[in-house]
Amino acid sequence: MLLVADNVSFGFPDKPVLRDISLAVQKGEIISLLGPNGSGKTTLLKTLLGLYQLDKGQILFEGRSITSLRKKSLARNIAYVPQVHRASFAYRVIDVVLMGRIPHKTFFSRFSPADQEIALDALDKLSILHLQNKPYTQISGGERQLTLIARAMTQEAHTFIMDEPANGLDYGNQIKLLEGLMDLGGEGYTFVKSTHFPDHALWIADRVIMLKEGSIIADGAPDDVITSDNLFALYGREVNVHSLRENFKVCIPKKLGNGKRSTVGRSFNSISNGYPLTLDSSPYTSQRRGEIL
Amino acid sequence: MKKNIWIPCLVFLLVFTILVSLTLGKFEISLSDIFDFLATAAGTGTLAKEKYELLANILLDIRMPRIIAAALIGSALSVSGAAFQSMFINPLVSPGLLGVLAGASFGAALGMIAFDSWFAVQSGAFICGFAAVLVAIGIARLYRGDRLLMLILGGIISGALFTSLLSIVKYVADPYDQLPAIVYWLMGGLSLADGKTVGLVALPIGAGIICLLFFSRHLNILSMGDDEAKSLGINVSRLRMLLIFLATLISTLTVVVGGLIGWVGLIIPHVARMLVGPDNRRLMPVAALIGAIYLIAVDDVARLIFTVEIPLGIVTSLMGIPFFILVLKNARKGWA
Repeated sequence: MLLVADNVSFGFPDKPVLRDISLAVQKGEIISLLGPNGSGKTTLLKTLLGLYQLDKGQILFEGRSITSLRKKSLARNIAYVPQVHRASFAYRVIDVVLMGRIPHKTFFSRFSPADQEIALDALDKLSILHLQNKPYTQISGGERQLTLIARAMTQEAHTFIMDEPANGLDYGNQIKLLEGLMDLGGEGYTFVKSTHFPDHALWIADRVIMLKEGSIIADGAPDDVITSDNLFALYGREVNVHSLRENFKVCIPKKLGNGKRSTVGRSFNSISNGYPLTLDSSPYTSQRRGEIL
Repeated sequence: MKKNIWIPCLVFLLVFTILVSLTLGKFEISLSDIFDFLATAAGTGTLAKEKYELLANILLDIRMPRIIAAALIGSALSVSGAAFQSMFINPLVSPGLLGVLAGASFGAALGMIAFDSWFAVQSGAFICGFAAVLVAIGIARLYRGDRLLMLILGGIISGALFTSLLSIVKYVADPYDQLPAIVYWLMGGLSLADGKTVGLVALPIGAGIICLLFFSRHLNILSMGDDEAKSLGINVSRLRMLLIFLATLISTLTVVVGGLIGWVGLIIPHVARMLVGPDNRRLMPVAALIGAIYLIAVDDVARLIFTVEIPLGIVTSLMGIPFFILVLKNARKGWA
């Protein structure tokens, strides 16, 4: 086991954030963490990084307690890609990415051309090489996210803890990011990432963990775990999970998937033409239809 | 890179400022006198013995210690200001954030009324400067929560505490003799910066500044936030305590030498950031040089512009405020 959370609890006495969390991450897995806002996803990711002092339980990396490992060597193994944050200082993008070399440096050693090369490579892989001299404060949220991912790559860790990496990326970049994770996953990299999109989990994850109010309510293969019932339990909305073909599922929110716009349009036409519609006369008969009228 | 020429330029400007400042004063000394003096000192000059001794007295015993004091204080305040701004991820922070200046002021005032000796004043400032920061850190440790926020709040409380204590000292001080001394001291000034004092503090201040410069790269990382710094393998709490210790050491020593000299630690890092950007690897040395040049120049103004010397702290504040308004113009550009 690469990374293990062993019966972890964390939080304030009156407000526990994580309750008795146990999970084990295997090398090469892509794990998606799903859960509503405030369910403890970010906290769980940070405990996996060893950032918090736990109330109970422990985190093990390759069988050793994370608190007993040197922080530097841990940083050479696990990288953190935080949620996009507002930056205070306008460092150049390349300088932010170079920070990823710090765990590989002693106190007095300076960044070498080789370090520079690794950082530029990472930028190039993410197709944002052209941003290298731009101030970090003046690029878009998505570009900032890519910069932080480039930094994690520069860290040369093989386990990435990512907090909503697709957040703030445009559609194309979201796809590019997921494709990138898929490729790296094939090369033996391990990802634990939180996401708000069950579809993203269906596309690339090997495993989905569902977190609600600080407890794991489901943990398993995406096809088994991402079900209508579980999504309702998690988010309180009705979502249909359809099989497009074997091994490929999509989530469609029930209400939105019913062809909302055409229904609404028809209703309005009908009313303006002065023909009161009965529920039976419409080809779109449904309870929903009645609500709109 | 264009940005790299700033450091040699500023070193040259610093040397020039020092030379010019040596010529300024009631007793007229020209630049050529200084070069003659240097040549004589090196054994090749032609200066008469009396003139040489006179120049030696004025230059080495009176003007030079004061210039060195100004340079060290300017550098120390600028560097600790820049370090605090990165460490607390806030460009509006100044070196007094954790109460060090309030504590040192109280200690100096206490030394004046309780012991009436120059040494007591200096050691009082030094000890209480550290005490105030320890109080701030202690308060921050009382509760869980965002470490930076707790430290800032601890600093506000500690600063308020020592300011109140200072008021008590002022209240019980002899109003004809001690109170004016305290008030003048708090206005800041280098008239008491003699060779002995400067010799005593030059090494720790200089060493503190250089140590902080070595941490420039780590300051960049701390300014990304605690969690990111930790995930990059930095022992954040240990590093932060070390940096706070260094910044406290050099700031409290500036009070030991020159009393309260405001605004330098807030403004100079901004000027440096405007010139070379926010990367601390360039920003810190540039801030150190500009701080030194600035305070030497301001001290020249303070001692020469009127027949009576005006307190240095007043001049730095008066010059600092309009300057800061200019700096604010850059605020919306992400403190580039």
